[in-house]
Amino acid sequence: MSVLRVDGLGVDLGGRPVLRDVDLAVDVGEFVGLIGPNGAGKTTLLRSVLALIRSRTGRVLVDGRPARPGRSRVGYVPQRHEFAWDFPISVEDAVLSGRAGRIGLLRRPGVSDWRAVGEALDRVRIGDLRTRPVGELSGGQRQRVLVARALAVQPAILLLDEPFTGLDMPTQELLNDLFVQLSREGTALLMTTHDILLALESCTRIALLNATIVADAAPAELRDRDVWMRTFGVSEHSPLLKMLTTLKAA
Amino acid sequence: MSIPEFITDLFNPDLAFLPKALLIAVMSSVVCGVVGCYVVLRGMAFIGHAVAHAVFPGLAVAFVLQGSLVLGGVVAGVVTALLMVVFAQNRRIKEDSIIGVLHVAAFAIGIVVISQAPGYAGSLQQFLFGSLTGVPDEDLYLAGLTGVGVLGVVFLLHKEFVAVSLDREMARAMGLRVFGLDVVLYVMVTVAIVIAVQTIGNILVLALLLTPAATARLLTDRLGVMMLLSPVLGGVSAIVGLYLSWSYDLPVGGTIVLVLTAVFLAAWVFAPRHGALARRYRRHRTLSGTGVGPALGGQEDTPADDVATESASARG
Repeated sequence: MSVLRVDGLGVDLGGRPVLRDVDLAVDVGEFVGLIGPNGAGKTTLLRSVLALIRSRTGRVLVDGRPARPGRSRVGYVPQRHEFAWDFPISVEDAVLSGRAGRIGLLRRPGVSDWRAVGEALDRVRIGDLRTRPVGELSGGQRQRVLVARALAVQPAILLLDEPFTGLDMPTQELLNDLFVQLSREGTALLMTTHDILLALESCTRIALLNATIVADAAPAELRDRDVWMRTFGVSEHSPLLKMLTTLKAA
Repeated sequence: MSIPEFITDLFNPDLAFLPKALLIAVMSSVVCGVVGCYVVLRGMAFIGHAVAHAVFPGLAVAFVLQGSLVLGGVVAGVVTALLMVVFAQNRRIKEDSIIGVLHVAAFAIGIVVISQAPGYAGSLQQFLFGSLTGVPDEDLYLAGLTGVGVLGVVFLLHKEFVAVSLDREMARAMGLRVFGLDVVLYVMVTVAIVIAVQTIGNILVLALLLTPAATARLLTDRLGVMMLLSPVLGGVSAIVGLYLSWSYDLPVGGTIVLVLTAVFLAAWVFAPRHGALARRYRRHRTLSGTGVGPALGGQEDTPADDVATESASARG
């Protein structure tokens, strides 16, 4: 059974259709790259999975049940600027905040919550920074805090919104290794990215999105230049296609 | 006047209004100090300013009808806050303009209403700038109860308020009722302001909400410490301000605010990590200390700002 199943999803934002007839499934242990130009609806698709926006048509199932905020086992890593980094809070408390919905109203975090936080911090290798105020972290460390916060809810599926943007190579590599490792351990991952090279390298499957799914296949099978041209609206002389050709030759 | 004389006055039965004023000033400073932390951290200062003005028509109506000022203020503040949320749905006008339009309108209603009361000039001045006298006993109890109520809500919902402040989208995804929590926060801000309005005055009350919290933020990077420090700073400043006001016959609201501001300025200059002197010292040391090796200088206590610490742990 798919951890995530999107069937015929259509979403309008401000009266404008952003997504139509989107079909996508992510299985246990899959690492799916969601690739498309700006405005293609990548973030909208992630927000639909989080059940933060109403769909016009279709449905989103997580673990076979309609997606619901706080109920579905979904971990979300938003883009870095979504988080209030100037807030006076330590790394471990920031990660713990990801479990606020799960802990429940009027209740305090217990042993299992702190254990989940500790494991998540160790996974992203910032266990030594746990008491550091988040405002003092570098960009790469901040991204890892967000990943840890998502992991702290022990998600069945992890949604990653452009996790590599603005990071240096070592941090990209560390996170990418972690994502690959998580997928091998059975977590499903759905990642939007502009880093096509890295996605082709690491993802088990690539979905090309431009308002709808243009193509959906393993990286090696996306040989058709036409789908890339349709997704990005570029001509055949585009550097993108040259890069893809070079990759295939290699 | 010496401090013992001030204490004697506090227990003088002929000056029964003085301990009441002190009590209400300290209580409202504590409540404002705690709630103000959220206001400062979420960048809601303008909303606080607006709510402070918006309670005025409620006070005016309560005054004219001889009702409870606390109740009147809370109703008016909450109604205006909700109107702001509703009007802000029209995206053509930015939220700060909506807030600006509505809170001045509310204030204007208050002015018109209170002008209908006989001898209104004196009471107007009391509302706007605060006064030591004229706090009735029942308002004291009401203020105490609502204050305890606000602190109780903060205690119970702290985790949720933090989650919403950190990342609204994520809070929503976790299933938190973000809109409901916002309403609760607005109501708490309103209550905190209304309690404080009588001694410190409508115009100056914002200082009680913002200044101690901002001062505490300069002094610490720990939210828990900040939320303890802020009410302590507010409460102590209120006592000192009241003492100075009583001794030198100065307006009480203005004096308390000036004490708060003096503490804020001192923190701005002398705060151990984020104060002007500390920043200057650190910059000086970084500039002159390059010979030691950048790696050493980079880790220990480099300032918050985005850069340095990467190299230390990126390779993990």
